Amino acid sequence: MSGYDMAIAIGGEAGQGIATPGDILARLFVRRGLNFNSYNAFQSIVRGGHIFLTLRTTEETKYSHGDKLDILLCLNQDTMDKHLHFMKAGSKVIYNSDNITPGSAADGVQLCGLPIAELTGNARAGLNQNTVAVGAILYMLGLEFQVLKDSLTQQFQRKGEAIVNENVKVAQAGYEHAIKNFERFPDEIPMLSTPRGVWSGNDALAMGGAAAGVKFYAAYPMSPSTGLLHWFANNGRNIGAMVRQIEDEIGVANIVIGAAHTGARTLSATSGGGFALMTEAIGASSMMEIPTVYIDVMRAGPSTGVPTKTEQGDLWQALGASQGDFQRFIAAPLHAQDAFNLMAEIFNLTDRFQCPAIVLSDLLISEGHYSVDPEELDFFPTIDRGSTITEHAVGKTDYLRYKFTESGISPRAVAGLEGYVHVVATDEHEENSGLISDEFTNPHKRRAMVEKRSRKFENIVAEIAPPELVGPADADVTMIGWGSTFAAMHDSLALLTDRGITANFLSVKWIVPLHADKIAEVFANAKRTIIVENNQSGQFARYLRGETGLVPDGHIRKYDGEPFMPHHIADGVEDNLKNNTEQFIPFQEIVV
Amino acid sequence: MTTTIELTAKDFKGVDPDWCPGCGHFGVLNSIQRAYADVGLQPHEVVTVSGIGCSSNAPGYINTYGMHTLHGRALPFATGVKMANHELTVIATGGDGDGYGIGAGHFTHAARRNVDITYVVMNNQIYGLTTGQMSPTSRPGLTTKSTPFGSIEYPYNPITSAIMNGATYVARGYSGDIRGTTKLIADGIRHKGFSLIDIHSPCVTFNLENTHDFFKQRIKKLDEVEHDASDWKAACEYAMEWGDTIYTGLFFEVESESLSQLDPILKEGGPIAKRSLPLTPEQADRLKSRLM
Repeated sequence: MSGYDMAIAIGGEAGQGIATPGDILARLFVRRGLNFNSYNAFQSIVRGGHIFLTLRTTEETKYSHGDKLDILLCLNQDTMDKHLHFMKAGSKVIYNSDNITPGSAADGVQLCGLPIAELTGNARAGLNQNTVAVGAILYMLGLEFQVLKDSLTQQFQRKGEAIVNENVKVAQAGYEHAIKNFERFPDEIPMLSTPRGVWSGNDALAMGGAAAGVKFYAAYPMSPSTGLLHWFANNGRNIGAMVRQIEDEIGVANIVIGAAHTGARTLSATSGGGFALMTEAIGASSMMEIPTVYIDVMRAGPSTGVPTKTEQGDLWQALGASQGDFQRFIAAPLHAQDAFNLMAEIFNLTDRFQCPAIVLSDLLISEGHYSVDPEELDFFPTIDRGSTITEHAVGKTDYLRYKFTESGISPRAVAGLEGYVHVVATDEHEENSGLISDEFTNPHKRRAMVEKRSRKFENIVAEIAPPELVGPADADVTMIGWGSTFAAMHDSLALLTDRGITANFLSVKWIVPLHADKIAEVFANAKRTIIVENNQSGQFARYLRGETGLVPDGHIRKYDGEPFMPHHIADGVEDNLKNNTEQFIPFQEIVV
Repeated sequence: MTTTIELTAKDFKGVDPDWCPGCGHFGVLNSIQRAYADVGLQPHEVVTVSGIGCSSNAPGYINTYGMHTLHGRALPFATGVKMANHELTVIATGGDGDGYGIGAGHFTHAARRNVDITYVVMNNQIYGLTTGQMSPTSRPGLTTKSTPFGSIEYPYNPITSAIMNGATYVARGYSGDIRGTTKLIADGIRHKGFSLIDIHSPCVTFNLENTHDFFKQRIKKLDEVEHDASDWKAACEYAMEWGDTIYTGLFFEVESESLSQLDPILKEGGPIAKRSLPLTPEQADRLKSRLM
C-alpha cells in the first residue's frame, strides 16, 4: 500500500441526515483532486433502520471502498454497538457523548466524544450534531477550517444566510473542540493539481446515454435503477430529451420501441423484477429489428429479494430474456466510467445491427459515488447509425424492410418518411413484412428469415474489444470475474502482493458476444484460475463452461447482499492456494 | 412533404385480409381506410399500430406505416410513436381481449394521459384467434370453450371505463354501419387527445349470440335521442344500457390539451425523433459543470 488512503464511515438511522456530511466530505476530497468512492449499506426503509455509509479517499486510483476504517462517526448508539469492534489501532470513533455510550474499543482506538449540547449551545442539537462532527473530522484530517467554511457555505446557500451561519458556527465549535481534545492523523492529506467532481454509477449510465444521443427515456421507479429516472427528469430539458414515467415495466419496454421506430435513440432502466416484465418486448425489438437499450441494475433476488442490496444474480435472466433464437447484445460495465463509455458504444452496435441491448449494472456500481474528471469524459462520441434511413425518398422506391442481404442487415427506414411505407411485425414475416406465420406458413421462407437475422451476428465478436488481463502475466493465480467485481479484484492485488502472492485478473464486460478465444487463452496461460462472482450459483462460471468448456480451479462467491471487500477476495485466493478449496464464501464483517 | 394528392379509401388498401368470410372486421377495416381518406391523410403520415389477435392483423391490410406488435401492447407502442414524433397521426387497432383484457392497464393510462391516439377496438365479445373463449366483454352466462357452464363474470364496459379514466373522445360504432363508423373514426382522428371508438364487430365463427342480427335489432343512434356529449353522466347512463336497445355514436367529448401539447420538451423544439443526436457544446458544458 502506498499513498494516502483514508476511509470514513458514518452510521445512523434513515432520516438522520447522513447524506449531508457525506456530500460535504466527498466534495472536499475531490476538490483536492483525490480519488474517491463511497458505498452506502442501507435498508429498505425511508425513516429509521440502520444506514452505514463508507467514504474512501485515496491518492492512487482505487475502485472499492476498501478494507479498513480510519474514522467511525456514530450518529446513534446502534452504530457504536454494531461497528466499534471493526475499528483497529490508530483509528478514531466520533460520537455524541450526550446520548451515546462508547463500548470497549481495541487498543489504540481513540474514542472522541463530542458534548453536542454544550458545543451547539443547545441549538437544534439533533440536527447540528452531524455538522459539529464534520468540524472535528476536518481537524483530524489536518485541514484548515476555512476549507470547511467555504464548503458549508456552498452546501447551504440555497437555504439562506441564517442557516449558513448556524452551520459554520457549530462546525467551528466541533473543530475547536477537536483541537483541544483529539489527535490529528499523522498523514498529510494531499492536494493534487486537477480538481474532480462526483457522480454515481447511475449518473454515469444516464450521462453516457445522453452523450450517445438518447432523446427518449421511459421508466417505472424501481430501486436501485431509479437514479437514472431522476437524472433524466432533472437534465431532460437541458439535453432536449423527453422523460416519461409509465404505468409498469411492460409499458416501458414497449413504449421505447415505439419511440425508437420514429428514429429516436431510446433508453430505459429497471431492476430484476421489472426486467422480468420487459422480456417479451426485448424479443419484439429483435424480431421487428428496432434498436433500443435496456438497463437492468441488479439487486439481490430472487423475487422482491433484498431491494437495497447488491448481487450479480440476473445473468441468466438476461441470457434468457425472451423466447426463441434472437440477436441481442449483453454487457456488464466494470465501473462507473466504463459504464459511461459503454453507452455510446452499445447504442452504435444496436443501431448498426438493429437489435436490442441489455446492460447489466448492479447496486454496487449504480448507487456508489465516485470521483470523476469531466475532462476525461467524451461527451461527443462517434455516433454511427449504420444503415438507418432518416430522409424522405426521392421518387418511387421498391423498399423492402426485411430485404435479404449478405450481411443480414436490411436498411431500416424510420416511420414517417415518404417512399418507405412499410409494416414492422413481431409475427414471422417475409422481406416485404407480409406475415408468414398464419395461414401462409412457409417453412422455406421462415428458415430464410431466421438465417437473415442470424447472419447479422456471424462475426459479431470482431465488433468488440477483448477483455484485458490486469496484473503481471506470470502470476501465481488468475482471477476471472465479470462486471462490478472489477473493483474488489483490482484492489485485492496489492493485498495479495503483501501476502506474497502474485495475482492477475480478467474482468469480462461483454457477455454477448463473448470473447471465448481470449478467455481460453487466459485460461491456457494461467497457473491457477479462480472465478469471482457476486452470486450463489456461479452464474458466470456456468455460462463460461457452457460456451467454452472452461472450468476453473476454484470459485469465490458472495451472496449475502453486501459487495466484496478486497480482503474477502484475497482471503479466498489464499485459501484456494493453501487448501485447494473449490469454493470460498467470505464472511461479511460489517452488518447493517 | 413533397406531394399532397387527395386520396381515396382504395389508396389505403394493403394486402387482402385473411379473416373468415362474413367477419365484422371487414366493415371496420373499410371504415378506417375511408376515415384516413376523409381526413385527408397521406399513407406515410400515418402509423397504424396493433397488438395481436384477429383484428390486430389490420396494419398489414392498410397502406400506412404499420406496427404489428405484442398481445395487449398496442397502446404503449403507439404512445412511443406519438410522443417521439407528434407530427404523425397514430391509430391503434385491436380487439376486446387485446385492449380490455391483457392490455387493460395500458388502456387506463393512455386514456388518463390523454395521449393523441385514436384507439379503434373491434369488439366481438369473444377470443377468436384462440378459437372461442370468454372475453372481458362476454355477457354473464355465455357458454364458450373456457366457460362450458356459462361465464360467471361481469362484463367490462369500455365506454364508461374510458370516460372514468379520462379519455376525451369516447364513441361506440357497429361494423355493419360503415358510414357511421367512418365518421366516428374520422372525428376521433381530428380530435386532439385520446379517443376510443369501440366497435361491435361480430365474430361469425365463435360468437353465435352477438351476431349481426343481434345488433341490427337493438342498435339505436345517440343522434336520435339528442344526447349532449359534454354530459359524462348521461353518457355513462346510455353506455350502461344493454338490452333491447344498444346505443351507438358519440357518447362523450371534451376539449383538453393532449400529452404532446403539454410536454414541456415539445414546447422547446420539434419532434424529438427529428432532433440531432449529439449534444451541443453548451449542453455538454452544463452536464460537466453539474459534476463539479
